[in-house]
Amino acid sequence: MDTNCSSIEVLRAQSARIQRAQSAKKWELELASPRTVEVSAVADAVARLCGEADLYLPEDVRQAFTRAQAEEPSLVGQEVLGRLLENADIAAEEKMPICQDCGLAVIFMDIGQDAHLVGGDLIEAVNDGVRRGYEENYLRKSACHPFTRTNTGDNTPAVVHTQIVPGDKVHLWVVPKGGGSENMSKVFLLTPAVGLAGVKKAVMDTVEAAGPNPCPPIILGVAIGGTFDHAAVRAKRTLLRELDSVNPDPEAAELEQVLLEDVNTLGIGPAGLGGATTCLKVFVDIKPCHIASLPVAVNVQCHAARHKEAVL
Amino acid sequence: MSELIKLNPPLVDQDVTALTAGDKVLVSGTIYTGRDAAHKRIVETLAAGGEPPFPLQGAVIFYVGPSPPPPGRVIGAAGPTTSYRMDAYAPTLMAEGLKAMIGKGKRNPEVKQAMADYKAVYLAAIGGAGALMARCIKQAEVIAYPELGPEAVRRLVVEDMPLFVVNDVHGGDLYEQGRQAYART
Repeated sequence: MDTNCSSIEVLRAQSARIQRAQSAKKWELELASPRTVEVSAVADAVARLCGEADLYLPEDVRQAFTRAQAEEPSLVGQEVLGRLLENADIAAEEKMPICQDCGLAVIFMDIGQDAHLVGGDLIEAVNDGVRRGYEENYLRKSACHPFTRTNTGDNTPAVVHTQIVPGDKVHLWVVPKGGGSENMSKVFLLTPAVGLAGVKKAVMDTVEAAGPNPCPPIILGVAIGGTFDHAAVRAKRTLLRELDSVNPDPEAAELEQVLLEDVNTLGIGPAGLGGATTCLKVFVDIKPCHIASLPVAVNVQCHAARHKEAVL
Repeated sequence: MSELIKLNPPLVDQDVTALTAGDKVLVSGTIYTGRDAAHKRIVETLAAGGEPPFPLQGAVIFYVGPSPPPPGRVIGAAGPTTSYRMDAYAPTLMAEGLKAMIGKGKRNPEVKQAMADYKAVYLAAIGGAGALMARCIKQAEVIAYPELGPEAVRRLVVEDMPLFVVNDVHGGDLYEQGRQAYART
């Protein structure tokens, strides 16, 4: 009996242990589910991407230059595109920025809702990364006070756009944005009556007014709908896309093609010296808007379309 | 497009009157850098009866704010900045003898008129080709307004810097001509 009794107790004890262990494990899993990301890792990634973005022309842009060079009817235009390819080679070889305007540091961060950012202030970490990236890679610091024009000295503060997304990863993009092309960008609050024709006119007017100023061949980020602020941020966000990517929204994809063809009839050409390659790609983002509104944001991007990304 | 024309600053009237919009030139010799902030100070200095930081007679000014020189280099990337921001100051400098401006992008009617009046030209470098342009720069030295950082005035010694004549003294405008030749609207 004793033996039996004790064996039952042993079994009970074992079962209780297993149950406790299982519940503890479940508890542990629940505790562990927000994945931890150190903000210092964000800072390191930003520092690295600032350097990579400014020194190395992205492959999609290089390919677009090569394709455009083959199709450009203007001899001067062909020469300019050839020089831009040569410039990218020299920059990579000599670890020299592609362009002296190394941009304001624009950073997009898609933060997974299951990611737990630890170890400090996230935005300060981004700024720390910008500070290091610009200093270590001999990049030009272009951030200054708007009135006194006194340079902040380290290219901070960065312009940071965050968005919460499903998952537990942090996806970040560094998009250094030059002043020459940014100055040619526009936001329009159109009357709904002007419709699609009005949107096209807004884009054409923007490119025509910009002419040679924003270093063509340009790339256009066009956001339609939303609000004044939302349109502008989305227009910039489209610039994260690869030049050969296809827009999953068929309406936007079609408009991208139409606008590209229209803009390239303007004759502005590479460096604005005349030609068929005024624009390499138009990105379009369409979202619903207020019944009273038709917002359109046109973000003009120069040919030094720098964009580098990392997933943490 | 004509053959390459060599220009060696300081320039005289004949150097610039011989140029036509669309010509390709190679500049070798001493030129000076300046952007908006430096232009503002130069114009204020002149208005107060002071001396400019470099001799303006025959001078060539390059609108550039270079990136810092990496180790072993005299300068970092050095492509042109957009010129219209200097439009407010350019006629004053031309009246003092400036003969050529290097930049990118359109100039306003007042600047074009001043080019005709004072015999000066506007030359375009390829915007965004900063690493390529840096290869033409053999010496660089900050000579004024060091506190402006990238916007300080530098004396550059350049060799065969490749440029296009955009606006000549005769009213020619390569941006207009080039665009008209390829516009399909």
